[in-house]
Amino acid sequence: MSAPAPPMHSAAAREIAEALGLTLGRANLEIFAETLLELARANGNILAVTSDSRGSGKLGPFGKELPRQIVEVGIAEQNLVGIAAGLASAGKKVFAVSPACFLTARSLEQVKNDVAYSDQPVCLVGISAGVSYGALGSTHHSIHDFAVLRAINNLAVVAPADNHEAAAAVRHAARAQTPLYLRFGKSALYDLPGRGAPFVHGAARVLRDGADLAFIATGETVIHSLLAAEYLARTEGLQCRVLSVPFVKPLDEGAVLAAARECGAVVTAEEHMVHGGLGEACAALVLRAGVSCRFRTAAFPDEYTVTGSQADIFRHYGLTMEGLAQTALTLAQSSAARTA
Amino acid sequence: MRQRPADRELAEKSLRYRRSVLKWIKHAGAGHTGGSLSCVDILNVLYNRILNVAPDTFGDPMRDRYVQSKGHSVEALFVVLADQGFYPEAELETLCRYQSHFVGHPTRKVPGVEQNTGALGHGLSVAVGMALAAKLDGAPYRVFTLLGDGELAEGSNWEAAMSGAHYNLDNLTAIVDCNTLQITGRTHEVMNNEPLDEKFAAFGWAVRRVDGHDFTALTEALEKPLEPGKPSVVIAMTRKGRGVSFMEDVGKWHHGVPDDVEYAKAITEIDEQLSAFGEEVPA
Repeated sequence: MSAPAPPMHSAAAREIAEALGLTLGRANLEIFAETLLELARANGNILAVTSDSRGSGKLGPFGKELPRQIVEVGIAEQNLVGIAAGLASAGKKVFAVSPACFLTARSLEQVKNDVAYSDQPVCLVGISAGVSYGALGSTHHSIHDFAVLRAINNLAVVAPADNHEAAAAVRHAARAQTPLYLRFGKSALYDLPGRGAPFVHGAARVLRDGADLAFIATGETVIHSLLAAEYLARTEGLQCRVLSVPFVKPLDEGAVLAAARECGAVVTAEEHMVHGGLGEACAALVLRAGVSCRFRTAAFPDEYTVTGSQADIFRHYGLTMEGLAQTALTLAQSSAARTA
Repeated sequence: MRQRPADRELAEKSLRYRRSVLKWIKHAGAGHTGGSLSCVDILNVLYNRILNVAPDTFGDPMRDRYVQSKGHSVEALFVVLADQGFYPEAELETLCRYQSHFVGHPTRKVPGVEQNTGALGHGLSVAVGMALAAKLDGAPYRVFTLLGDGELAEGSNWEAAMSGAHYNLDNLTAIVDCNTLQITGRTHEVMNNEPLDEKFAAFGWAVRRVDGHDFTALTEALEKPLEPGKPSVVIAMTRKGRGVSFMEDVGKWHHGVPDDVEYAKAITEIDEQLSAFGEEVPA
């Protein structure tokens, strides 16, 4: 049950998406479930482990078709991750599926010790991530997950930006010999350009080139960054680069540094708290490399998070096309003023 | 099926294990003395009579699994794994030293260790996962885990207990090293978890309480599942610091390291017992 949600994208943003030839796809969560089912049909060693979360994880069809490949643990996230580690240790390819808010907080010690430290190649799947459950309050938000998981050795942190990246991430995880965390939202997403591009561990994708400013974004904020880039091209004549960064960790340092060097101004965007996420990862990298660039982080501030739909929350904190374009424009103008 | 060593042989092994546990803790200047000594006889029976685990077959998917959930009693495990031939015992010279894999809790960097533990309340869930994998594959191997009685205050154990019974994991045996002491004091005073038998039974487990220093009783409890269709829990009544008169059932030896006088006294006690076996006492 959820309240009627306002559209994520404004009329102006939808018009730009259409002009760019983008079509609205589906929720990454659905793509995850379908891809996993397809892989599991062909590989009986693949298991989904759920904590009363098969419905939220869109795994109902999986459970019906492959009942021997789904393990239910009940509402017990610590046990979910511990059991997943034990199954993986015994040779199973395990996808441990639970709402991201619980998976990355309630069972954080199991993630750290049983999976990452013990090097059990579990794929942790955080469903309804970020503020997908926006109206349910902070108990149900996962805007801390990048920060806590980045601080754990031997765990890749992945936030796909569209259906293509989502499907590729699931296939990648199925092959992986090391632990991963995948994060999926439940809103329909536009398909981004460059479908069919290879999905490489730790690699970012340049969705649009430009040298006036770079948007470096991950997950469900990437589309808003792309639309903002087009909006700024139309209204201000700015040529903005857009980088989709599915791997918050390991970070594509080359792509990030190239963007910072070549554009001189960077706006990062993420569905996460400002602390410890993609923005801070990029800022630290740029600083360490001695690259001088103007920098802004679009993320949720360290405050009692506003509630509402995911769209409401994105708009409130400037993560939609309009907000990101405004942040970028201010930054670009300040850069221009400085160099004039 | 390998030859089962007799009780007398196990008794001698336990003395040697205890001697080594003390030696390496003294050498390292750190360790969980009391709990390592309380579980020595359990590990002795497991590795010498029950588990089909050996260095040359450790990669065999059909091997039995042992997860030491009470990871802090690692010195006992390290000594027993050395005796099993996973590595020369002399490698324990590096226990707790810079860059050694022999750290204060088990890690998979040490040959023979299945899972990294040390934070309490983790091993039972992992063991449930391993046992479930065996059931899904129709594989015959068994899974064992060693829990501390104080550890049972961690709620995650009871999530795991529920799931072990839900999935009818009769290939899973949990052993509680019930030495009735934890770092703060008596377990029943810190956080009472008795009656453990009734708690596990209510969760759907087959339960047996045994003397955790009685090789025959331990063997009978561990050699096969206690009851078809149910996971087994063996509540092994032990004494912390077992085998050294002044350490037995004394809380301060939880992670106490003996000084030179205490160490000499402890080793003398053990060596006197070893000499009764007519064996040469190790250097």
